[in-house]
Amino acid sequence: MISGIFQFEFLQNAFLTGIIIGALAPLLGVFVVVRRMSLIADALSHVTLAGIAFSLLLEKRFLVFAGLNPLYMGMAFSVIGSLFIERLRDVYKHYQELAIPIILSGGIGLSVVFISIADGFNADLYGYLFGSVSAVSRTDLWMIAVIFVIVILTIIFLFKELFLLSFDEEHAKASGIPSKWIHFIFIIMVALVISASMRIVGILLVSALMTLPVAASLRFANGFKQTICYSVLFGEISVVGGLFLAYYLDLAPGGTIVMIAVGLLIASILVGKLKVRIA
Amino acid sequence: MTRPIIEVEDLSYKYARDSVLEQVSLKVPEGAFLALVGPNGSGKSTLLKLILGLLRIQTGTIKLFGEDIRQFTNWDKIGFVSQKANSFNSGFPASVLEVVQSGLTKKIGLFKFPGKEHRKKVLEALESVGMLDFKDRNVGELSGGQQQRIFIARALVSEPELLILDEPTVGVDSKNVHQFYELLEVLNKNMGITLILVTHDVGTVTNIVTHVACLNKRLHFHGDANKYHSLDEKELSSIYGHGVQLLSHNH
Repeated sequence: MISGIFQFEFLQNAFLTGIIIGALAPLLGVFVVVRRMSLIADALSHVTLAGIAFSLLLEKRFLVFAGLNPLYMGMAFSVIGSLFIERLRDVYKHYQELAIPIILSGGIGLSVVFISIADGFNADLYGYLFGSVSAVSRTDLWMIAVIFVIVILTIIFLFKELFLLSFDEEHAKASGIPSKWIHFIFIIMVALVISASMRIVGILLVSALMTLPVAASLRFANGFKQTICYSVLFGEISVVGGLFLAYYLDLAPGGTIVMIAVGLLIASILVGKLKVRIA
Repeated sequence: MTRPIIEVEDLSYKYARDSVLEQVSLKVPEGAFLALVGPNGSGKSTLLKLILGLLRIQTGTIKLFGEDIRQFTNWDKIGFVSQKANSFNSGFPASVLEVVQSGLTKKIGLFKFPGKEHRKKVLEALESVGMLDFKDRNVGELSGGQQQRIFIARALVSEPELLILDEPTVGVDSKNVHQFYELLEVLNKNMGITLILVTHDVGTVTNIVTHVACLNKRLHFHGDANKYHSLDEKELSSIYGHGVQLLSHNH
């Protein structure tokens, strides 16, 4: 039965991509959550949507863009959006969370405008909103694999700096590490991972994959590295389990993945409570 | 005494139009244990931020280890335990080992990984603050006083010559405060680390420090602790302003 699933190329693509983002989103998500930036993932995913809508519009209007993968434009918008967020957080020093609704609604507004100019799109857009197994192409897979390598290497080589910046920003600055640059690299990685995860879970659910596994592992992990390990484990269980269930029960993959992640979260809260009662 | 570790000259600082520091000049000799005291809003934290290079100098000069602060790069010679250490995100999932090791970030260097010798230093630092047994615990599970020791260990691990503590005893209960000051004395006397302790708890500290500086926008007193003890109530209240109750343990 399981071998049956892999005879189709699109399913291979979906599973391989799923396994990659199942590790990548929670891995980066740990840093996002502990820095209290969970909502930034949401804002950026909506900006990514604007990029995709823009790309689909170009494709519809101009033949030259027919072969353009919308993910590229989504990624570009997401990176630009992340820079705007940083700028806004600087401008509104005392209302840093303001940057999120500004960018989030700006992203949706822009998307709606692009969609209306194009007189609507076909089912494509639905796939981007909620994720789609059949939509993942070989090119997508390769691109996401490249993002994976870049992000993993960056995290390995900047791990101690990223940790210090997350744990104690003031100390990071006082100790003389280039904290501005590290933060900048970090936010770009978040933008990249969001665009990479979007194909599978969809724009509206990307942030769930970055935060739910982390929220679950925070309940009982000891230390930062262990938190990362559990988060990645929960991420993988959600994605791989979700894709199987979605395929056999004919459900939307994004939603199924997120529901498994929610289930794991509830289980971890219950287990955490039990642990407290025993101790 | 020997060479000065910090030389502040004619330092003034304004936030928008509000003047916070006015013509402050201060010297901290090597091996000193200086208490920087003053009421809330006296500019203590601003002075610290300037010394740590977190704020840019507006007027005046600061020299660290004989070098102008604008050229100074040896930041790992200076350890810092901030006030915020008390109010850090206590849900942060980091073990004591991970937190203390983060004090070596700069020393290990970009793109490099901690080695055996770094791990050894982390354990030594934990030993010196008496927290070795807690190394695998999450920092958030520890008491305020224990957390403060962990933050001192994090500062000690890079073997600083100067350690600056910004109101480290806020949120630590009084029994542990006493032990905490004993630890500071050991660091200063036995390990030869120059200490600056920022506090508004004047009474308790003047007996253990070697120097006192009283700040209230301007520096109202700067000298060794014995001289501070010989000040009478009237002089003290002129330093802090009237209506401030002083608790002096100078019997």
